[in-house]
Amino acid sequence: MEIYNNHKRLYIAALLLFLALTLYAALIPAYKAQNDNAPLPNSKPLSEQEALGKAVFVKEGCVACHTQQVRNVEMDKFWGERPSVASDYARNKRPDIWRNTANLMGSERTGPDLTNIGKRQPGKEWHLIHLFQPRSVVAQSIMPAYPWLFEIKERAAAADVTVQVPEEYRKNIKGDIVATEDALNLVAYLQSLKQVSLPDGRPVPKFLYPKQSTPDLKGMGTQTEDAGLDGASLYAANCQACHQQNGEGLPGAFPALKGSSIVTDADPKALITVIMKGYNGRVKEGFAEMPPIGVNNNLKPEEITAIINHERTSWGNNASKVTVDEVKAVLAEIGK
Amino acid sequence: MKSRLNARSWRSAVVFLLLLLASSSAMAQKQDAGDVISNPGVIITIVLILIPLLIAVYLVTVKVRALVAKIKIREASAQKNAVLEELKSADADQLSAILAQREKAVSYKLSNHELAGTLPPEDKKGLINQPNQVNIRFVPAKKRSAKRPQVNPALAKMIIWYLGAATLWLVLGTSIGEYLGIKFVSPDVDHVSWLSFGRLRPVHTNMVFWGWSSLAMIGLGYYVVYTVSNTAVKSLSWAWASFWLINASVFFGTISLMAGVNNGGGEYREYIWPIMLLFGIGLAITLGNYLTIIAKRKPKEIYVSNWYIVSAAIFTIVISLVGYLPFWQNGLGETIAQGYYMHQGVGMWFMLFVLGLVYYFLPQQLNTPIYSYSLGILAFWSQILFYTVIGTHHFIFSAIPWWLQTTAIVGSMGMLIPVAAGTTNFLMTMRGNFHKLGTSYTLPFYLVGIVFYFTGSFQGTAEAFRTANLYWHFTDFTVAHSHLTMYGIIAFFLWAFVYTLVPRLTGKEPLHALVGAHFWMALIGMMFYTVPLMIGSTIRGVEWMEGKPFIDTVANMAPYWVWRAIGGSLMWGSHLVFAYNLYSMTRGGGIANQQALVFEQLKKED
Repeated sequence: MEIYNNHKRLYIAALLLFLALTLYAALIPAYKAQNDNAPLPNSKPLSEQEALGKAVFVKEGCVACHTQQVRNVEMDKFWGERPSVASDYARNKRPDIWRNTANLMGSERTGPDLTNIGKRQPGKEWHLIHLFQPRSVVAQSIMPAYPWLFEIKERAAAADVTVQVPEEYRKNIKGDIVATEDALNLVAYLQSLKQVSLPDGRPVPKFLYPKQSTPDLKGMGTQTEDAGLDGASLYAANCQACHQQNGEGLPGAFPALKGSSIVTDADPKALITVIMKGYNGRVKEGFAEMPPIGVNNNLKPEEITAIINHERTSWGNNASKVTVDEVKAVLAEIGK
Repeated sequence: MKSRLNARSWRSAVVFLLLLLASSSAMAQKQDAGDVISNPGVIITIVLILIPLLIAVYLVTVKVRALVAKIKIREASAQKNAVLEELKSADADQLSAILAQREKAVSYKLSNHELAGTLPPEDKKGLINQPNQVNIRFVPAKKRSAKRPQVNPALAKMIIWYLGAATLWLVLGTSIGEYLGIKFVSPDVDHVSWLSFGRLRPVHTNMVFWGWSSLAMIGLGYYVVYTVSNTAVKSLSWAWASFWLINASVFFGTISLMAGVNNGGGEYREYIWPIMLLFGIGLAITLGNYLTIIAKRKPKEIYVSNWYIVSAAIFTIVISLVGYLPFWQNGLGETIAQGYYMHQGVGMWFMLFVLGLVYYFLPQQLNTPIYSYSLGILAFWSQILFYTVIGTHHFIFSAIPWWLQTTAIVGSMGMLIPVAAGTTNFLMTMRGNFHKLGTSYTLPFYLVGIVFYFTGSFQGTAEAFRTANLYWHFTDFTVAHSHLTMYGIIAFFLWAFVYTLVPRLTGKEPLHALVGAHFWMALIGMMFYTVPLMIGSTIRGVEWMEGKPFIDTVANMAPYWVWRAIGGSLMWGSHLVFAYNLYSMTRGGGIANQQALVFEQLKKED
């Protein structure tokens, strides 16, 4: 054929085919996605501090392990209340002439998704300890430590934010561990990552592949008896990052549940109130403020019951179990 | 009980295989079949039917044995009677003579000296009594590289510099990769910001992409484009400019990424644009050179290699523009451009270019023409048609328009056409030459490249299916896949070409045993790297679907990450061997071509 003997024709033909397909599959969809999606009315632009924090997030390459997208599949339900939509990313713009826009959707989930981290894990104190040494709060974590976001001062000034790192992880450190501007900005950015609700009337995309279609893998020995109501797993997913697997918390940062009078009280009302409304009664003692984790993470009465019962009967705690109906009654009473 | 156990293990094996093959509808059906077979009622029924059957089989066996025994006894007694009859009728003397003769015959043995006699052999030359000299061969002898016409020395030198720089980046880039693999196992190995995981990961990927693979490809490309166009080499100064630009791009890119300056987190475009621009200019110069050479070609037709190589260069310039120009990169547009950019980078730059090189080097090394030109044409056009649209399959179930995701999945299916066409073409070219594998130190690299071209690409198609994506997306399966392809296909082919070409350029060969060491370490290392990661990440995906606490799924990956580090160490070691081999083919004292040396000496003496 003539085309294979004429280099101009051959290469121009190949280029035209390639360009046409590029227009169809990349340029036109990208251009439309950029111009046709407005930010959601409930969303806010990043504050100056949060934008600086995002720059630290980009600089340190956090996107290598953390995604920021809730896919419309059932298994992603844990990471957000609804699947991410195009408008969620509409506020992301090119920051300066040197760098590209950063949606930070990511392609690896070696660590947790961060779409809703501001709701799931809002505590500044926790983030700072975790950034300084992840393994001091999550023993099994493989995240890098970021000591260069902190400085060691002999004595912290009044305005400084000090970090209460457990003894075990502050060997050879004399003085106070103080968060730098970068660390505070980064935490501000993480706290700003919250899913906002879609405007009324707009259809919420569904989560596909609901649980019952999950293949039965008993043969592989990976299924627990009743994954939905396993108190220990729910505790691990919702509470353990601060209160720790052994229920002892971290001295000076997160109170212990082991032997706690609120946890083991015969009347679970106080405990459920703390879970649903948060708690700041011990801030003066140096403990962090407890977020309303039950509301933030959309815990159902059955799940709260399982968590409470796990807490009341583990680590030497020996209180009576509560029933779902009791929990429902308390929830109605405190108006949640 | 046993049959139940078997049914279970059989079922889990089927489930696991299907996870790997990931065919959605087939999975649902087999799942049902498995459920039916493991249903207790069905098992009991089967056992109940089997019991009378087994008893019947047992009874028949017993009956047949008894019958056979009966017939044997009858035969034996008939024989006994016949012998008795004979003895009764024979004479006593005659009988004893026959028996004595028979005894002698039965007890006869050879003395082992019938042919040699009993005298010791005369061994004047020490041929018999020197057992130490016997050569036990651990490494089979390989054929020497075939002698080829002289290559222009200026061109040869330039190609060797391209390959040398590429090898340097390979060793550096995979040292970093190895270190990153260790960090999964031991996250507190250092606390230095420039060496932290998030910063080093793109350093590794970009260095092996733009430093190792790209430089090696472009260098080898110069040889192929010149040779098949049959044009004389005039000036190489622009080619040298391109060499320095690309090296500078990788060097500055590395420094800037480690310092924390990056483009915003899109994979493979982490270099900021001024740094990537150096690479772009280098690439444009290369394209200009290739086109000029082809325009001056002597043969009328353009050999298939040159369609692939030149198209790869053209497309990659387009891809870089789409990836770096700012006009469609805000909001979700960034992600769509990213999907396109990252996948075209792999498929249209590395794969297309390397396929072009295979179309030249494979038939060359086998000394046979390529099997089918038509298949090459089919593969070329279908690759452009399908590959261009599949970029967004990296963002399945994301906020990207559903139709675009579906297009990408369909395109991924379509990729089976060029992959099957290419694989068939290469294997049919090798047909009739498989006996050469044992005596060649380059062909095994080609074969591995071809095999992974098929399996690695097919795996990519399987990963794009929505149901398979559920398990594998966001897990280390992607990492295993990218190593099966960028390493199993691209790196193995590049090594094949280097071992084919460099001895032709310098007249020196590497030690064959060391090439073997490189080959086996790389291959075994890659399997240790990828197979555990694929198993572990499938389990992790299933655990996510079951709603296991996330941190448990991190902890459960630990053994697979250890295996990955072990495999990675083998791969890394093989690159050191490769670097030494390249050294001995160029500067060092590799196996020299005696004939060339003699002529050189004669020239000097003239």
